[in-house]
Amino acid sequence: MDFSFSEEQQLLRDSVIRFIRQDYGFDIRQKTVTSSAPFNRDYWQTFAELGWLLVPFGEDDGGLGGSAVDIMVVMEEFGKGMVVEPLLASAILAGGLIAETGSAAQKNDWLQPLMDGQLQLAFAFAEPQSRFDLANVATRAEADGEHFVVRGHKTVVLNGGAADTLVVSVRSGTGVSLLAMDSNTPGITRNSYKTVDGHNAAEIYFDAVRVPRANLLGVEGKALPAIEKIIDRATLAICAEAVGAMESALQKTVEYTKTRKQFGTTISSFQALQHRMADMFIECQQARSILMMAAMQLDAGNGVAPRAVSAAKSRIGKAARKVGQEAVQIHGGIGVTDELDVAHLFKRLTSIQYLFGSTDYHTQRFIG
Amino acid sequence: MNSEYTQAELHFRDEVRQFLREKLPEDIRRKTLLGMHLTKDDCVRWQKILHKQGWAAVNWPVEHGGTGWDATRKSIFETECALAGAPEVIPFGMKMVAPVIFTYGNEEQQHRFLPDILASNVWWCQGYSEPNAGSDLASLKTSAYRDGDHYVVNGTKTWTTLAQHADWIFCLVRTGGPQEKNQTAISFLLIDMHSPGISLSPILTLDGYREVNEVHFDNVRVPVENRIGEEGHGWTYAKVLLTHERTNIARVAHSRCQLQRARELASATPDGSGTLMQNPVFAHKFAEIEIELLALEYTELRTLDAVRTGQAPGPESSILKIKGTELAQSIDELHAEIAACGGLPYVPWQLEDDFEGDKVGSDSAINSWLRYFNNRKSSIYGGSNEIQKNIICKAVLGL
Repeated sequence: MDFSFSEEQQLLRDSVIRFIRQDYGFDIRQKTVTSSAPFNRDYWQTFAELGWLLVPFGEDDGGLGGSAVDIMVVMEEFGKGMVVEPLLASAILAGGLIAETGSAAQKNDWLQPLMDGQLQLAFAFAEPQSRFDLANVATRAEADGEHFVVRGHKTVVLNGGAADTLVVSVRSGTGVSLLAMDSNTPGITRNSYKTVDGHNAAEIYFDAVRVPRANLLGVEGKALPAIEKIIDRATLAICAEAVGAMESALQKTVEYTKTRKQFGTTISSFQALQHRMADMFIECQQARSILMMAAMQLDAGNGVAPRAVSAAKSRIGKAARKVGQEAVQIHGGIGVTDELDVAHLFKRLTSIQYLFGSTDYHTQRFIG
Repeated sequence: MNSEYTQAELHFRDEVRQFLREKLPEDIRRKTLLGMHLTKDDCVRWQKILHKQGWAAVNWPVEHGGTGWDATRKSIFETECALAGAPEVIPFGMKMVAPVIFTYGNEEQQHRFLPDILASNVWWCQGYSEPNAGSDLASLKTSAYRDGDHYVVNGTKTWTTLAQHADWIFCLVRTGGPQEKNQTAISFLLIDMHSPGISLSPILTLDGYREVNEVHFDNVRVPVENRIGEEGHGWTYAKVLLTHERTNIARVAHSRCQLQRARELASATPDGSGTLMQNPVFAHKFAEIEIELLALEYTELRTLDAVRTGQAPGPESSILKIKGTELAQSIDELHAEIAACGGLPYVPWQLEDDFEGDKVGSDSAINSWLRYFNNRKSSIYGGSNEIQKNIICKAVLGL
């Protein structure tokens, strides 16, 4: 039993902490968020230079190993800094799928440039009717010679507006398949927007989009297990992000109560508030514990990982709601303003509760 | 980072399992799994079996007859015991007074008291709380003034668990003046329960059981050699041990065992056209508790890991107390809900081995409400959960 980070993980963690402290202050983040750019591309280059884009990938693919604990280390610090650059959408999700299912040639085409920082990816899976069911895919791909013809609508595609290449789940033959395609392929229409938490996403419409058969990732009709596996890794990643964001929210709340004065004294002296912050602390610790459990189970690869991830998402979702709401409440009026970082932590914590399956969904999945 | 056991630890676990399979008496196991109160004989019998194996004193150093186990082995042992339905050790001698004696007692005291605690020859009880003192432990009023080679003790202790069985009591008493600070005014005394001037008044807990007592001291003469350490330092001794001896405070294994029993019972309980376990509302509630337990298990493992790497369990142990008791109480709620109105009949005597007569309902249903009522104590004792939150605020959050 060992809960400590390896030396490499410690170094990785330190490098992310340093970046956030020096270059990713809240004001700078907000400049990106309120600009028309989907994110800060200079920072994406920094990520590439620091090797962070290699973190989600195995050594065979030219990555750093790709363990869930490694991903956890980075994402937790991203959570504290509310990083909006799309490590999750581009590398962990879409990149993860290519690493999981792609041929050597396909990895060379898409994975290598991603790791170099030259290519943006997105995974388009959710549809207006699918809610959290990954198998509910209405977007169809009909075979037509050496091509597929794709028709359908993907909703809230994370990093969808910025992506150069899309990985799309489609119904073809008897099951679900994955197709990679250039986002500028004729027939693709993208309606890009910012999300409430400062990230970027898009509605993507496919109108008779012709995609070469060579762009099929893995075996036709058999993509679901790979999708589920990678979504589980992405779920773990946002759980880690939530743990970081919650700790940041708690820390900022505690600090605020020590300076804010009411009735002639700091509000940190009020027991009604103290106990609520103690509860927030307990939520943070329970969330961290179950996150570590899930990360270790994912890395052990022993078959209980999906259930472990759902346990973590369910528990962390519950904690995220409570800690986010309490941080706002204890800040009082300033907590519901756009100028306060805590309000933005709260919004991100809210998104995380619903991304890749809500708290209730994962409780149900845990039951089986 | 990994949560796996080493080969040696797995081997140790097998050894513990085999021991429990062979040596745990069936009648004691049944009562423990049902959550019944054990008799003095039950407790002593099991403790002596452990002693014969050399496993009685899990937390003691080897030189005093302890196991000398590390945190992982202790955790494995306590987990396996709970899952097998072995009773938890009555803590007052083994876990509470013994560490004070081997840490702060003199050699004569160690020889005099530790062997009988190890062998469960004497029963100890704890004299900390007093009427009206509540969670404010240090406001205690029981006084001890010097008269030659003796202290003369006057006052009342309360919530004294199973004092009716006890041969000895360890007490915090005020040897300094009422205005003096706790750090210098309180002493730690070991008092023979058979001393003239001691009397008991039973307190029935809400399940109708004589679990606790008031202990009255009326000019009780206690030899000075029964004082641990220096006069006036008792508060320090007690406090150090309150934070450091909180092993197994989360009672994860106990909760896991009770949750597993709840699953079995709910799966056998009809509900509509299926079973209660198939009821989605119940199943959801059950799953949330199961998930909370998983989180707590890892919070406990993280604490053990911190102990292993030399960081003492700090105020984090307050989390274990709060979440551990909340979780145990929520599992008791599940049991009460499974029993539903089957918990209404008050017939605890029918659970006894020697009961002869017509039984009402099922044993588990009969006892589930009683256990639910009784265990409301757990978020109150040992520093109420609100006090634990105060500790977190002060020591962790710096509020």
